[in-house]
Amino acid sequence: MIQGSVCTGLNDLLKEVEQLNLKGSLDLNDTIISSIYKKTEIITAEVVTSYGKPKIDWDKKLDDILTSKIFGFPSMILLLTAVFWITLAGANYPSELLATALFEGQERLTDLFKWFHAPVWVNGLFVEGIYRCLAWVVSVMLPPMAIFFPCFTVLEDMGYLPRVAFNLDNLFKKAGTHGKQSLTMSMGFGCNAAGVISCRIIESPRERLIAMLTNNFVPCNGRFPTLIVLSSLLVAGIATFFGATLIVVGIVLFGIAMTLTVSWVLSKTLLKGIPSSFTLELPPYRKPQVGRIFTRSIFDRTLFVLRRAIFVAAPAGAIIWLLANIHIGNASILAHCANWLNPLGQMLGMDGHILMAFLLGLPANEIVLPILIMSYTATGSIIELNSIEALYQLFVMEHGWTWLTSVCIMLFSLLHYPCGTTIWTIFKESGSSKWTVLSVLIPLVISSFVCFLVAQSARLLGLV
Amino acid sequence: MALTNQPVDYVIALAGNPNTGKSTVFNALTGLNQHTGNWPGKTVHLAGGKYTYKGLIFKLIDLPGTYSLMANSADEQVARDYLCFGKPDTTVVVVDATCLERNLNLVLQVFEITSKVVVCVNLVDEAKRKKIHIDFRSLAGKLGVPVVPTAARRGYGLDTLVETISGVASGRIITSPCMVKYEEEIEEAVRKLEPDIKKLVGDVFNTRWLAIRLLEKDKTAIEALEQWLNKKFAFLPGLEA
Repeated sequence: MIQGSVCTGLNDLLKEVEQLNLKGSLDLNDTIISSIYKKTEIITAEVVTSYGKPKIDWDKKLDDILTSKIFGFPSMILLLTAVFWITLAGANYPSELLATALFEGQERLTDLFKWFHAPVWVNGLFVEGIYRCLAWVVSVMLPPMAIFFPCFTVLEDMGYLPRVAFNLDNLFKKAGTHGKQSLTMSMGFGCNAAGVISCRIIESPRERLIAMLTNNFVPCNGRFPTLIVLSSLLVAGIATFFGATLIVVGIVLFGIAMTLTVSWVLSKTLLKGIPSSFTLELPPYRKPQVGRIFTRSIFDRTLFVLRRAIFVAAPAGAIIWLLANIHIGNASILAHCANWLNPLGQMLGMDGHILMAFLLGLPANEIVLPILIMSYTATGSIIELNSIEALYQLFVMEHGWTWLTSVCIMLFSLLHYPCGTTIWTIFKESGSSKWTVLSVLIPLVISSFVCFLVAQSARLLGLV
Repeated sequence: MALTNQPVDYVIALAGNPNTGKSTVFNALTGLNQHTGNWPGKTVHLAGGKYTYKGLIFKLIDLPGTYSLMANSADEQVARDYLCFGKPDTTVVVVDATCLERNLNLVLQVFEITSKVVVCVNLVDEAKRKKIHIDFRSLAGKLGVPVVPTAARRGYGLDTLVETISGVASGRIITSPCMVKYEEEIEEAVRKLEPDIKKLVGDVFNTRWLAIRLLEKDKTAIEALEQWLNKKFAFLPGLEA
């Protein structure tokens, strides 16, 4: 009863509004807004005075270059290249140091277990399984992240991101989506789950869905280390960091192209519509707060990602060790699974172990490479993997990788399904299981197709 | 933290256009590290934090940055619904000193919802560099609410801001914000509607603001009101933080 009377109250009010019969609601909104604008104009005129122009307008000068039609894109690619080059060149040495120290620690731990007369399986599970996987995650991921995040945050703090959006706006519009998608895409470089959440800034539900479904085509920081290590491996012995940098930049650009293509296809098929226009404010450039950036990007991002990786990697390491050491028939479970997946893996230019690693890496992309190394070395002799050369030895010499294997892994890593956290975020943000399933299926189909195409054509052309 | 379990004395909302340094003010006051970045649309949800001043506990809610409260997008609606239905004790509107005119539009819209407002004119250092002079005393006089100049990145003006917020929240500082007068036709319709709205919702909401929204046939506002009337207004996420 109460509810009824409340509703009639509101309905009576609405009826009264109808009876007052003012102009159309749109007109009314216009007059209201213009009254507000007039008032602010009057106030501002009385309290704000401008005493002369500043000497040089640096903002404008910078924008003339960074957002110009001719130099906009080249400067963007140049900045991207610079960031990756710094990351690659800077991460190499600390990575080696960390790995040496951590694997030294492994031997000490083994000594300790021996001294306790601990059973062999205890040493195997905890040291060769969990500890080694963690050591890998830390030494491979920590240095690149500790360099990449601050660089990226400096650009963000300066106000470069809106300029990227400005440059890319036209491309996104052509793809039938919202220009703000370039902002959500940029957030995806940090973390795809964060990128998906940031899609809230897009008003239209159609464009928001497209932005969410395509966010995972840019590599997040969980995948950057994989790309960086593999590209170093690809040029090992031939070229320098610069070669590896170019490969990473190429992969990133390919990811952006994929984002645009898939967005275009979606906006022509499942999510039809016209792109809505928007105004984007180009904020003034601000001097980055360097000290703050370094502490924040180390604590909030680097350590956050690392902690997540460690929490996922520790059980994964244990599982891998168990799978590799429990035998059914004449081979370990791991070998059975890898053998079973092998034909499919070969078709996509990879192998069974690699597909296993991607499957087990679903909770967090950062552990795919460590899992792969674990599964390659789980039963083999213990080698110290403290450098790219050692990795080269393991992958190329012992497991017969070619350049094609590296390329296919990089492509698959770039395009495959989002990580568990991101999938969950997409589900929460879209509120629909249908779109969540599609957000997994679309990239999975595309990545398989691309890898298949690359692998088969390379083999047909006799390039491998 | 020691603050988490004690009851909150005052709830303060932080509103403002995108890119005015709202999150920087938020971090400076709460000592939290909400991610800041120089691009519009960075904060998309309500973030909450606490600080103490003279033994009182203040809860600060960082609203998404918006240019208006017309609820054109999800983040604008979040900000508006919070100001209207969340009933903060004081609302701080952070404005950019380098483009005051555009920023004041939001201030005037906030005035229509709540009278307990502090205007924080941020980035005064940037304005100085751009050779812009603002007469803060006169601005405060015209707006009818306290105006505090700040440069939050350097921490300038934050002491005064905290003191002013406490003054307005406790009622020691009385505010009388200037209201925009619309065309006579609209004003007359508002006058006719206001008593009936008062009958329906009591003194809880600003009747003038609701009257204008009803006249505009603002769907989101009508829906929100309907929900509130049905006591179903399940409160906005993010407040538990």
